[in-house]
Amino acid sequence: MSGLTLLYTLFAYVAIAVFLVGFLARIWKYATTPSPLKIPLTPAPVNSVGVVYRMVQEVGFFKSLFYSNRVIWIGGYLMHIALLITIVKHLRFFFKTTPTALAWITSFEIYVGFIFFGALAFLFLMRLVIDRTYYLSLMQDYVLLILLMLIAATGILTKYYVRTDIIKVKQFVMGLVQFRPEAIPGDPIFIIHFTLVLLLLIYFPFSKLMHSGGIFFSPTRNQVDDAREVRHVTPWAVKG
Amino acid sequence: MAEEITTTEEKTVDKDIAALLTSPPKRAPEPTPELTGKIVKPKIVQGAAAHYKPHVAKPEIQEKLGFPGTLVENWQEAAVAKMRELLGKYKSLQVYMDICVRCGSCTDKCHYFLSTRDPKNMPAGRAELFRQVYRKYFTTEGKIFGKLAGAVGFDLSLLAEWYSYFHQCSQCRRCSLYCPYGIDTAEISMAAREIMDSIGLGQKYTNEIIGKVHELGNNLGMNEAALRNAIEFVEEEIEEDTGIPVKLPINEEDAEVLLVTPSADFFATPHLESLVGYAKVFHQAGINWTLSTTAAEAGNFGMFIGSYYHMQKVASRIKQAIEELRPKRLVVGECGHAWRIAYAFWNTLIGPFDMLNQKYPRPQHICEFTLDLINRGALKIDKSANDEFVVTFHDSCNVARATRMGDKPGGQFDIPRELIKAVTNKYVDMEYDTIRERTFCCGGGGGLLTDELIDVRVKGAMPRMQALHNVMETHGVNFMALICAICKAQFTKIMPKYGIPMEVAGGIHQLVGRAIVLGAKE
Repeated sequence: MSGLTLLYTLFAYVAIAVFLVGFLARIWKYATTPSPLKIPLTPAPVNSVGVVYRMVQEVGFFKSLFYSNRVIWIGGYLMHIALLITIVKHLRFFFKTTPTALAWITSFEIYVGFIFFGALAFLFLMRLVIDRTYYLSLMQDYVLLILLMLIAATGILTKYYVRTDIIKVKQFVMGLVQFRPEAIPGDPIFIIHFTLVLLLLIYFPFSKLMHSGGIFFSPTRNQVDDAREVRHVTPWAVKG
Repeated sequence: MAEEITTTEEKTVDKDIAALLTSPPKRAPEPTPELTGKIVKPKIVQGAAAHYKPHVAKPEIQEKLGFPGTLVENWQEAAVAKMRELLGKYKSLQVYMDICVRCGSCTDKCHYFLSTRDPKNMPAGRAELFRQVYRKYFTTEGKIFGKLAGAVGFDLSLLAEWYSYFHQCSQCRRCSLYCPYGIDTAEISMAAREIMDSIGLGQKYTNEIIGKVHELGNNLGMNEAALRNAIEFVEEEIEEDTGIPVKLPINEEDAEVLLVTPSADFFATPHLESLVGYAKVFHQAGINWTLSTTAAEAGNFGMFIGSYYHMQKVASRIKQAIEELRPKRLVVGECGHAWRIAYAFWNTLIGPFDMLNQKYPRPQHICEFTLDLINRGALKIDKSANDEFVVTFHDSCNVARATRMGDKPGGQFDIPRELIKAVTNKYVDMEYDTIRERTFCCGGGGGLLTDELIDVRVKGAMPRMQALHNVMETHGVNFMALICAICKAQFTKIMPKYGIPMEVAGGIHQLVGRAIVLGAKE
C-alpha cells in the first residue's frame, strides 16, 4: 500500500467517524432537550399527519422561504436540488454494477454540476449585494460557499476535463466500505476533490449545516396545535 | 504603576456599569415616519436604534420577583451559567442557536427594523447578539476561531446591546413565519431577558407589573374596592345609556361562565367599551356569568421575560379563582398575549381543567363565545347601529401566530372577521401582506408598552399605520377593530402622532355592544 493510500484511507475513516458521531450527537441533543411549552407557529396542523405534511412542504419545497423571498428561494432551492442529485449520483461508487436509476441520472448530470456551481455562486453574490445579508454574513458563510464551489468545480473537472478513471475510484470506495483498502487514484484533481469533501464532512457537525437535521426538531414547525385538547407536560416543567 | 492601571480599568468598568443601569436621557420626540401607504425595505443604518432602552428595574422591584437587585459582581459567569441552563431546558433555544444559516429571509420582516433601519433589529441581527455569546462559550467553532467565527466574549458593551435590542423585540413571531426553519426570535429574546433578570438587570415596566399581579392580582395594581367601584361605574353607564340594568357580577359562585379579561378593560379607553360589550352579550344571552377579583387579570407578563416560574405563578390565580367560584366554563376577554398563554399554555401551567364543562373549549375566547351565540340566534343584532363605521381588523400578533379559535387552523382569523361582519355592514381587509398570519405587531407588545420607549413604539407601528392609512384613503375606513388590550393602548397613543384620530381604534366587542338589541328576547 502506498503512503498516499494509507494516508487517505485513514483520513476518510476519521472524517466519516467525525461526521457520523458529531452529527448524531447533535441530533441526540436536539431530540432530548425538552420543549416545556406548546409553541407551534399558527395556523398549524391539528394532528400529526398534518405536521408531516407541513414538514414535507418545508423540507421538500422550502415553503416558508418561497413566500418570504423568491430570489433567495430560487438560489437556495436550485442549490439543494442539485446537491441532492449529485449525492445520489455518487452512490454509483458504492455499487459493483451501477443501478439503472443511477445510470439514468448520468444522462443529465452535466447540467446538474453546473447548476450546483451556478447556484452557489449566485448565493455568494447575493450575500455581497444585499446590504442586509452582507451585514449578517460571517467568515464561515463564505468559507462554506467557497468550499462547496471548489468541490463542485473539481468534480466537474474530474468528469469533463481531466477525466479520472472512475473504475479506480469505485475500487477505492468499495475498498473503504469493505475495510480492505485499495489504492487511491493518484489523479491530483480527484485527490483535491476528495480532500475537500472529507474536510466538509469533518466541519459539518460543528457548522450551520446542522440545519439539515435541526429543522426536524424546530418546535414552531413540528408541534401539533392541540394545546387545549391535550395537556402538554415535560419533565422539568411540572405542576405549580 | 500596575496598581494605577487596575484602578483606571476598574473606574472604566464602574462607569460602564453606571451607564448601563441609568435610564436614557430625556430627548425630544423623534419625527414620526411619513405615511406614504408603502412599506419599503430600507437600506441599513448601523446603530440607528442603539440609543433606545427601557428603564432598568430598581432593586426593590427585582428582589420582589426573586431576582438579584442589581448587576451581580460575577455577572458574566452567572449569565453563561444561566445560558447553559436554558439551553438544556428549551429545545427551541438549543436548536435555533445552531441552525440559522443567515440566508436573509427574515431580514426585512421585523417592524422595528423596517422603521429604525438598524441591522441589529433584523431578526437574525438581533439573534446574533445572543449567538455571539453562545459561540464563544458553547461551540467548538467559536472556541477555536473566536472573533473570526463570530464568537464574542460577554462584556459590558455587549450586555448593553442585549439590554437595548432585546427590548426592541415585541416577540410577535413574524420572523418565525418567514424563516425556512421556523426560528423564533421571541424564544431567543425571552431567554435573553431571563438571563438578564438572573444577573440583576431587569426591565422596570414588565417586572414592576409582574410584582403587582403577585401582590394584588392585576397589572394595574388596583385593589378589590377600586375594582368594584369601576364595575359599578360601568353598570351605571350602561343603564344610563340603554335604560336597562345590565349587571357585571363579581365573585359569584357556581356561575356558568367565569370571564377572565385584561384589567385594562376595567379602566382604560377604549378597553372599557369592550367590557360593556361582553356584559351586554352575557345579559342578552341570559348566561349566568361572573368576574373574579382573584383572577382580575388575563394578562401575564411572565411570558415577556421568559420566566416559566412567574408565568405559572401569575396563571395560578386563574386556577385559584376556578376553585373558589366553581364556574362551568372559562372565557377569556380581548387580549393578545393573554390569549396565547390561555390557549397554548394554561393547560400545561395550571391544567387539566377537569372541573370545567368538557363540552366547551377550555378556555374559550370571547370571540368564539359571542359568535357561537349569534350563530345560534341567541342575540338580537342591529347591524345598522354601526353604520357610521367602515371597519377593518388588525390581527393581533399573538392571536394570529400562536393560537387558534374554533376547530380549524386559521379560525383565529376567520372567527373575529365573521363576528365583525355579524355586527357591522361595512368591512374591508387591509393589504394582503399585513393581515392574518402575516400581520404586523402594533409595535407595543412584549413589554414595550412603556413611555420611555415611545419612539420605538411609534416607529414599530409604522407598517401597520401604512396599511391602515391605505384603507382609510381608498375605502374610507374609520374603525380598526382590535382584540388586544396592548394593541388598544398602543394604537390610541401613537395614532394621533400619525395624524389618525385615536377613536379609529377600538375593540370588536365595542362594535358588538353597540349592535346588540337589549330587552325583549326573540
